[in-house]
Amino acid sequence: MSIDIETARKVAHLARIRVEEDRLPALAQEFNDILGFIEQLNEVDVEGVEPMTSVTPMRLKRRADEVTDGNQQEKILKNAPDAREGFFAVPKVVE
Amino acid sequence: MADLNKLSIAAARDRLRKGDVTSVELTQACLSEIDGAGVLNAFVHKTPEIALDMAKAADARIQAGDAPDMCGIPLGIKDLFCTKGVASQAGSAILDGFKPEYESTVSQNLWDAGAVMLGKLNMDEFAMGSSNETSTYGDVVNPWKIDDRNLTPGGSSGGSASAVAADLCLAATGTDTGGSIRQPAAFTGITGIKPTYGRCSRWGVVAFASSLDQAGPMTKSVRDAAIMLEAMCGHDAKDSTSIDLAVPNFEAMLTGDIKGKTIGIPKEYHMDGMPDEIEKLWADGTAMLKDAGAEIRDISLPHTKYALPAYYVIAPAEASSNLARYDGVRYGHRATLAAGDGINDMYEKTRAEGFGDEVQRRVMIGTYVLSAGFYDAYYNRARRVRNLIKRDFETVFADGIDAILTPATPSSAFGLGEMTDADPVQMYLNDVFTVTVNLAGLPGISVPAGLDAQGLPLGLQLIGRPWEEGDLLNFAHVLEDRLGFVAKPTKWW
Repeated sequence: MSIDIETARKVAHLARIRVEEDRLPALAQEFNDILGFIEQLNEVDVEGVEPMTSVTPMRLKRRADEVTDGNQQEKILKNAPDAREGFFAVPKVVE
Repeated sequence: MADLNKLSIAAARDRLRKGDVTSVELTQACLSEIDGAGVLNAFVHKTPEIALDMAKAADARIQAGDAPDMCGIPLGIKDLFCTKGVASQAGSAILDGFKPEYESTVSQNLWDAGAVMLGKLNMDEFAMGSSNETSTYGDVVNPWKIDDRNLTPGGSSGGSASAVAADLCLAATGTDTGGSIRQPAAFTGITGIKPTYGRCSRWGVVAFASSLDQAGPMTKSVRDAAIMLEAMCGHDAKDSTSIDLAVPNFEAMLTGDIKGKTIGIPKEYHMDGMPDEIEKLWADGTAMLKDAGAEIRDISLPHTKYALPAYYVIAPAEASSNLARYDGVRYGHRATLAAGDGINDMYEKTRAEGFGDEVQRRVMIGTYVLSAGFYDAYYNRARRVRNLIKRDFETVFADGIDAILTPATPSSAFGLGEMTDADPVQMYLNDVFTVTVNLAGLPGISVPAGLDAQGLPLGLQLIGRPWEEGDLLNFAHVLEDRLGFVAKPTKWW
């Protein structure tokens, strides 16, 4: 599996990272180096092996479905780059 | 009182309790050392006022006779831990200016035990790196020096390692996703333990790869690691993967008696091209454990060679998901936008400006392996291989192995900048002996073992059974005792 410039551009967009056109060839090459390394996994016989989902077999704890937290608007907005009137402000989303 | 900053936790604790030193004195000694060590670039946010307030409170507590072991001990905290009201940036420009409104559970546990925060420690950006060269704060310098080059302290907990090795603090917190406590500990001649996954709460620790991340102490001795680890861990309702299991008194388990225990030596860790001196150190360590009464057995962990490639699918996949939250909306950096830019421009520009090259690379690799059409071929295959790696360990433990001895790293510290032109995979090989332990969720400890021919420290790693950190620390304690590593870097900074 080899990554071309078009795929690199698509992945960058999916990851929401702006990559300038002139950087794409080098990026595609780096992806290929790393994926080439990862290809070794194809040598392993994984027939019948389940994907690992948990390091320790343990049942996740449950708690009553009730509100235990909240009313922290000020704290939540404190670090926002742009907060107005109690909201996070962002550029226009809908044209 | 000279050199208080050089004390171990255990020695400082005993002297604090005797009353012949105060936490304020210890703290001041560390603060003045930190001020004189700017060139190491280990401490990136200093908190002297907080430190002195905490030290005064600790002194009062000691006087009142209510003093846990960590009370009054000055520590450095890796920048990955959220500390309330104090910059917590994970070494990234994207968290520029971020001051959490909450405290991580691990750091809170330490403060509850009376420990003192000296400040925040440099690290690879989002803990992604093995040389501390990806930080927005710049490179950390290893206090060990053999010529005019500046050497890496390793990564990602490079600031923690450098600060402890240079005696800027008594100990530091680190985190370990693929070796980020153990590799820098080995490069700087200190001790570092990654506990079993789930021992330390991950709440409030900036997430890199959630199924692999664990916090742990970086210290000047195995005893210190036992004392500090006990204070750090414990069940936390705020982390659903945190284990609800009693925390033993780890220090009391340092009996020095390992008679009748069995140590495994995995043949797959003899790597091509590994320096002879590492092979020799490993053989020496094996002989020492045998001499202490342990049985030595050759073992096989057949899937070892697939650990790094599996890690470089799983860790970036989890990172791409975890780091999606850095979008310029809720905290940290937001790019300046041009007229007419929409929300996607904001995301893309913010993340391009805020993330460094290595983080961008891993987020994009993670995005790729999780994308439609490749999820099974890469991500699910890697998780299946991870299961096989874990089974390798389960098999040898079921056969009676109590702990496994390996080298900590395939080399000693290298020069800052020396790997810049190598492809990323070359840097990844630093973690070849440590990453298996994260994938299997096991506890692992790096113990300083000796100096190589150049005069740089090397470490040995012990890997333990899940939840048996006490036994593991005891093995490490025996090894430490017999290795007798006492070398310290000569002060040049």
